[in-house]
Amino acid sequence: MKFTQEQLGWEPWLNPLAEDELTEAHTDALIDKARAASPYFRLLARDPHVLHARTKTDLDIFSNTDGGLPRAERELAATATSRHNGCVFCASVHARFAAHHSKRPDDVRRLLDEGIDGHQSERWRAIIDASVALAATPGAFGADHLDALRAAGLDDLEISDVIHAASFFNWANRLMLSLGEPS
Amino acid sequence: MTADVIDHLAGIHPGSPLDLLRERRPDAREHAQRSYEALFAPDSEQDVTLVERDALATFVAGLHQDRAVTGHYADRLAELAPDLLKNIEKEIDAGRTAGPYGVYDEPALAAESLVGPAFRTGGRAALGERLAAGLDHAHLLIFRPREATAAHLGRLLDAGWTTTGAVTLSQLVAFLTFQIRVVAGLRLLGANR
Repeated sequence: MKFTQEQLGWEPWLNPLAEDELTEAHTDALIDKARAASPYFRLLARDPHVLHARTKTDLDIFSNTDGGLPRAERELAATATSRHNGCVFCASVHARFAAHHSKRPDDVRRLLDEGIDGHQSERWRAIIDASVALAATPGAFGADHLDALRAAGLDDLEISDVIHAASFFNWANRLMLSLGEPS
Repeated sequence: MTADVIDHLAGIHPGSPLDLLRERRPDAREHAQRSYEALFAPDSEQDVTLVERDALATFVAGLHQDRAVTGHYADRLAELAPDLLKNIEKEIDAGRTAGPYGVYDEPALAAESLVGPAFRTGGRAALGERLAAGLDHAHLLIFRPREATAAHLGRLLDAGWTTTGAVTLSQLVAFLTFQIRVVAGLRLLGANR
């Protein structure tokens, strides 16, 4: 499947819990009750403590509005990470968020179509390059990436947000890629 | 388990600029720690034992070549199973490479395919087939997650992992790829102010 901003489905390769198997502990772990409809979250609910902590971590990294990096650029880091790791499903979701919040759909489309090396503004270039370096194993994130982020105007809280958003998607990409597939 | 492990591994001290920075995202800070505790101080070892968790974590951290994080998990494993640590260290040496890589099935992405090694754990008799299959899967997730298929999960189940155990194993490896990157990123930020 190609990288796309279209809405994709996702089919698990392992059996999720059935909706009528969910106990209160499972429902708590979902945070948002509507997620009981998602086979992805019902599969992760097999280990409810980890799912609960994962989801709370995710929400704060992307939705905490107490300063820091604009939401659009947290989503950009998530999209660049997903594009580089090869997670078509994650990239589709977060490309839509990045395009919506930034109002720069053409730049986001270019990131999906041409990949991480496609032309971008200096600030987006710095965020994409930092995300790609953070995705490497062993790590490749270095002082040059920090310099580029600072030159593009990011302060330490914004840089910390880039680090957290990109790092979180290393977690998310691996779950989506290895527990099922886009449909 | 009360000390914040990311603070500990990144060398973040109370009242330091990085401490104050982390306090701006209090839920992320608290729940990164709770994720760690859920994985490494679990309520139950029914699906994945503590020794398996520490062995997998040492392997994951060792492949990331982060000395502080590897030391943390290796110390935990050494307390529970010192002989196993030596075997895990051998697998780390054998499994080290650079990623992410992997082949895309999609023809439009063929130009981006990067062929790289599919690691198979060597010391299977010493480790046992169940843990060896877990290490194989961890290596897949770390370096070539885009190549993961349903068949890989089938190998885990065949080796004795339960469905819930396979979910916990996946969360453990994936969580560590987050924790290790946050530690490395914050450590760099703290050193370059």
